[in-house]
Amino acid sequence: MPVDGSLAGRTFPPTDPYEVSREKIAEFARATGFVYAGQAAPATFPIVVAFAAMNALMNDPETGISLHRVVHGEQRFSYTRPVQPGDRLTATLTVETLRQIGVADIIGTRSEITDAEGAHVCTAFATLVHRGED
Amino acid sequence: MSTTSLQGGDVLPTQTYHVTRADLVRYAGASGDFNPIHWSDRIATSVGLPGVIAHGMFTMALAARALDTWAGAPGRVRELACKFTKPVVVPDDDEGVTVVVNGTVKDVTDDAAHVSLEVTCGDVKVLGASKAVLAR
Repeated sequence: MPVDGSLAGRTFPPTDPYEVSREKIAEFARATGFVYAGQAAPATFPIVVAFAAMNALMNDPETGISLHRVVHGEQRFSYTRPVQPGDRLTATLTVETLRQIGVADIIGTRSEITDAEGAHVCTAFATLVHRGED
Repeated sequence: MSTTSLQGGDVLPTQTYHVTRADLVRYAGASGDFNPIHWSDRIATSVGLPGVIAHGMFTMALAARALDTWAGAPGRVRELACKFTKPVVVPDDDEGVTVVVNGTVKDVTDDAAHVSLEVTCGDVKVLGASKAVLAR
């Protein structure tokens, strides 16, 4: 099933606020081999919040996306500041581009990650490749 | 090391990381990415992959780890980007695979150092167009 062409340009509702605990950062740091001493989270930590937004996209039955057919094509982060313990973060995902190459749909997303005050923390750009049935 | 000492043209010390299936399971739990292509050979091969592959974001996290090492402190990364050009296939054995991260300082300004990264696994480049900006 191809991905719904009307997805391009759609902005999904903001994710529920994510409370960043020191323990969660420490868990992520351990899983990726960082030595974590209690302050700034590893640079790719915001993917945890962006992923919640991407899951909303992938679990939406109307988009035609199946998680196990998705591979990550590209990722870019642009930070205003690192994530810190105590942050309360929200991600708002927009599908920026949608194009087809063969049986694959290439989905370009942008997730704006903001803190409890609404201030920008990081923008996560993810390109997802949805491999269609051969 | 610290970012203030970085100079354009610097070749940064090679960082080598070992990756096993257990690391992928741990990363799935820590990140919330439970895509079965990262833990089930059956599902991975059904969608045309050679076998279970590492999360692209796990490999990117290793690149970020190298950056923290080179920067001498956490929280210095202002930009980080890559393409996931080749999968890191992680076999179901005790040895796993080795991911190697190399970096070169392209140029520095008063407040930033631009770093080009090369990330390989078994001599195959697994991340493309991989680059970062570190605050100085």
